[in-house]
Amino acid sequence: MKVLVPVKRVIDYNVKVRVKADGSGVDLANVKMSMNPFDEIAVEEAIRLKEAGKADEVIAVSIGVKQSQETLRTALAMGADRAILVIAADDVHTDIEPLSVAKILAKIVEEEQPGVVLCGKQAIDNDMNATGQMLSALLGWSQGTFASEVDIDGDTAKVTREVDGGLQTLSVKMPAIITVDLRLNEPRYASLPNIMKAKKKPLDEKTAADYGVDVTPRLEIVKTVEPAERAAGIIVGSVDELVEKLKEAGAV
Amino acid sequence: MNFGMTEEQVMIVETTRAFVENELYPHEAEIERTGVLDMDVVRDIQKKAMEAGLYAANMPEEVGGAGLDTLTWLMYEKELGRANYALHWTAVARPSNILLAGTQDQKEQYLYPCMKGEKWDCLAMTEPDAGSDLRGMKATARKDGDDWILNGTKHFISHADIADFAICFMATGVEDTPRGPKKKITAFFVDKDTPGFAVRDGYGNVSHRGYTNAVLEFDDCRLPASAVLGDVDKGFDVANTWLGATRLQVAATCLGRAERALDHAVAYAAERKQFGQQIGKFQGVSFKLADMALELKAANLLTWDAGWKFDQGTVTESDMSMAKLKATEMLAFVADEAIQIHGGMGLMDELPLERIWRDARVERIWEGTSEIQRHIISREMLRALGG
Ligand SMILES: Cc1cc2nc3c(=O)[nH]c(=O)nc-3n(C[C@H](O)[C@H](O)[C@H](O)COP(=O)(O)OP(=O)(O)OC[C@H]3O[C@@H](n4cnc5c(N)ncnc54)[C@H](O)[C@@H]3O)c2cc1C
Ligand SMILES: Cc1cc2nc3c(=O)[nH]c(=O)nc-3n(C[C@H](O)[C@H](O)[C@H](O)COP(=O)(O)OP(=O)(O)OC[C@H]3O[C@@H](n4cnc5c(N)ncnc54)[C@H](O)[C@@H]3O)c2cc1C
Repeated sequence: MKVLVPVKRVIDYNVKVRVKADGSGVDLANVKMSMNPFDEIAVEEAIRLKEAGKADEVIAVSIGVKQSQETLRTALAMGADRAILVIAADDVHTDIEPLSVAKILAKIVEEEQPGVVLCGKQAIDNDMNATGQMLSALLGWSQGTFASEVDIDGDTAKVTREVDGGLQTLSVKMPAIITVDLRLNEPRYASLPNIMKAKKKPLDEKTAADYGVDVTPRLEIVKTVEPAERAAGIIVGSVDELVEKLKEAGAV
Repeated sequence: MNFGMTEEQVMIVETTRAFVENELYPHEAEIERTGVLDMDVVRDIQKKAMEAGLYAANMPEEVGGAGLDTLTWLMYEKELGRANYALHWTAVARPSNILLAGTQDQKEQYLYPCMKGEKWDCLAMTEPDAGSDLRGMKATARKDGDDWILNGTKHFISHADIADFAICFMATGVEDTPRGPKKKITAFFVDKDTPGFAVRDGYGNVSHRGYTNAVLEFDDCRLPASAVLGDVDKGFDVANTWLGATRLQVAATCLGRAERALDHAVAYAAERKQFGQQIGKFQGVSFKLADMALELKAANLLTWDAGWKFDQGTVTESDMSMAKLKATEMLAFVADEAIQIHGGMGLMDELPLERIWRDARVERIWEGTSEIQRHIISREMLRALGG
C-alpha cells in the first residue's frame, strides 16, 4: 500500500507574526518557514505504517511556491521515500486555497492510487481545516478527521477522533482520508544519516497547470489585524485576596 | 566565494537545534542548581541522540559517524554549544578524533564502544607544572621489558570521572635538537581500573557546572606495549595529525551560546519598558545590540572561514587561532552585555545568562590561552620575515 502525505510550508510556529502594512495578510518575507506541525505528525504516522509493514511506500506532496521543496526534503529526511512538488504560485504571499489543493491532490491520488491519504487536520497559518474533507468529497472516499489513534487493518481503519465531549471511534472503509491531530504521535527528528540520504531521493517537480487545476483564489481577504493586546494581569497574595477580587469583578 | 548554506546544512542545523531545545534545555536548570549530572538523564538522552544520528556525528561514516565535512560539523557544534556543556558533552558525545589513529584492536576496544555510547574517553596532557608549555611535562613512561611503567600527575582533566579510559601523554625520553634538548612524548591508552592509576576529584570551578575536571595519578602503573597509541616518542605527531580542528570546535560552541544570549537580549530590549518606552529605543541599549551582533558575526565568519579552509586543506594555524581567539573573547563580551541589558534580572538564575557569562570564562583558557593564540598568530607573521 502507498501512503500519500500532503505537507504544507507555513510560517514557523516560533515566529512572532507581523501583519503587512497594507493589511492584506501576514508578512512572510525573510521569516523562518517550516513544515506545518500537523503534517509532521502525518509524515511520522506514514513512516510508522511503513515500519510496521502495513505500507510499502510513503509519498510526500507539497503544493505552493518553489521553496516548498525544502519542506519536502524535510519529509524525505524524516523517512518518506519520494516527493512531488507542485508549483502553484511564485509569490510566498499567495495562499493556495483548500479547494484548489484538494483538486490537485485528487489528481495525484488518481495517478498514484494510494491506499490512504494522511493529512494534518489543519495548517497553522490560516487554520482552514478543510483540505482533507474536500479531498474526501471529491474522491468519494471515507474520511476520519482529527485522529488521535489510527489502526489500519486490511480494508478498514479504526480511527479514534478527538471531539469536544471526549473520544469517538469510527470504523472507516479503505481507501480513506485521515486527518491527524496533535496527540497521534510524537514526530521523530530528521536524523543526520537520513538528511544526507534525502538529497538522493526522487523529487518530481510539477505545476498546477500539469493537473489542469485553476488555482485562482475564490476568497477575498478584506483585512488582517494583529490580535488585541491582552491587558496585564495582577498577582494576588492569597486565596482570600483572589476571592475578594473575583467578587469585585462579579465573577463569583 | 559562496556564503550560503546547503539544504543539507540547513536541515542538520534545524534538527540539532530542535534536539538541543527539546531534549537538553529542560535538564539544564537542575544541573546548574546541583552541579551534578544525572546519569539516568544522560542515558535517556543518549539513546535519543543515537536515533537521531547526532551522537558522535563528528566521526567518519566508516566507523558509524555522520561523515560531515568540517564546516558542517562546526555548524552542528554551534547548535550543541547552546546548551549546558556537561549535558551535551556526555549525552551527545563527540569522542576524540584521535581514536581513529588506533590499531584495529584499539579501535575495537576504545573507538567502537565510544561510538555506541558504551564508553567515554578523556584526554590527559596538562600537568600542574606543564600547561601552555606541554613539552615541559614531567610525568614519564619508562620501558621495562616489553611493558611500560608510568609515573607522575596530570590535572584539569575533563570528565575523567565518568570516562572509562584516558589517552595520556607521557614523557618517554629527551632528544637533542638544534634548539636544545627536547622531551619525547608518547601517547598511551590507560583503562580506568589499571593498577597504579587513580582518578581523584579535581577542583570546583566557575565554568560549566556538572562538567568536572580530575587529577590523574600514576604510581608505577604498568601497561603492555599494546597500550601505545601511534608510534613511540611520536605522541605529539599523533595529536597533531588526528585531533582535528579542536580550536574551531571551541569557537563554534561559543558562537552557539553567544547567539542564545543575544536572542535573549534582543527580545528583552524589545519588551522591557522603562521611562515609558522600550529600553531598546534608548541608544545606550540599542548600540550594545548592534555591537554584540557585529562581534558575533565577525567571529562566526572567522570560524566558518577556517572550517571551510580546513576542508580545502589550506587552513593555517593562524586561521584557527584567530577563530578561537575571536569567538571566545566575543562570547565574554556578548554575555556581559546581555546581562547588562537585562539589568538585575540578567544576574538571576531564572535566565541562562548568568551561567553563559560564567561559562565564557574557561573558553579563553583551555585549548590554548588567548595569549598562546596571539603568539601563534604573530609567530606566523614574523616567521615570514625570519622572526
Ligand atoms: C576546566 C578545564 C578543563 C581542562 N581540561 C583539560 C583536559 O581535559 N585535558 C588536558 O590535558 N588539559 C585540560 N585543561 C588544561 C588547559 O588546557 C590548560 O589550563 C591550558 O593549556 C593553560 O595551561 P595552565 O592552566 O597551566 O596555564 P599556564 O600555561 O601556566 O599559563 C598561565 C598564564 O601564562 C600565560 N602564558 C603562558 N605561556 C605564555 C607565553 N609563551 N606567552 C605569553 N603568555 C603565556 C598564559 O596565557 C596564562 O595567562 C583544562 C583546563 C581547564 C581550566
Ligand atoms: C543583587 C541585587 C540586589 C538588589 N537589591 C535591591 C534592594 O535592596 N532594594 C532595591 O530597591 N533594589 C535592589 N536591586 C535593584 C537594582 O537597583 C536594579 O536592578 C537596578 O536599578 C536596575 O534596574 P532593573 O534591574 O530593573 O533594570 P532596568 O532598569 O530594566 O534596566 C535594563 C537595561 O536598560 C537600561 N536602561 C534603562 N533606562 C535607560 C535609559 N534611560 N537610557 C539608557 N539605558 C537605559 C539599563 O541601563 C539596563 O541596561 C537589586 C538588584 C540586584 C541585582
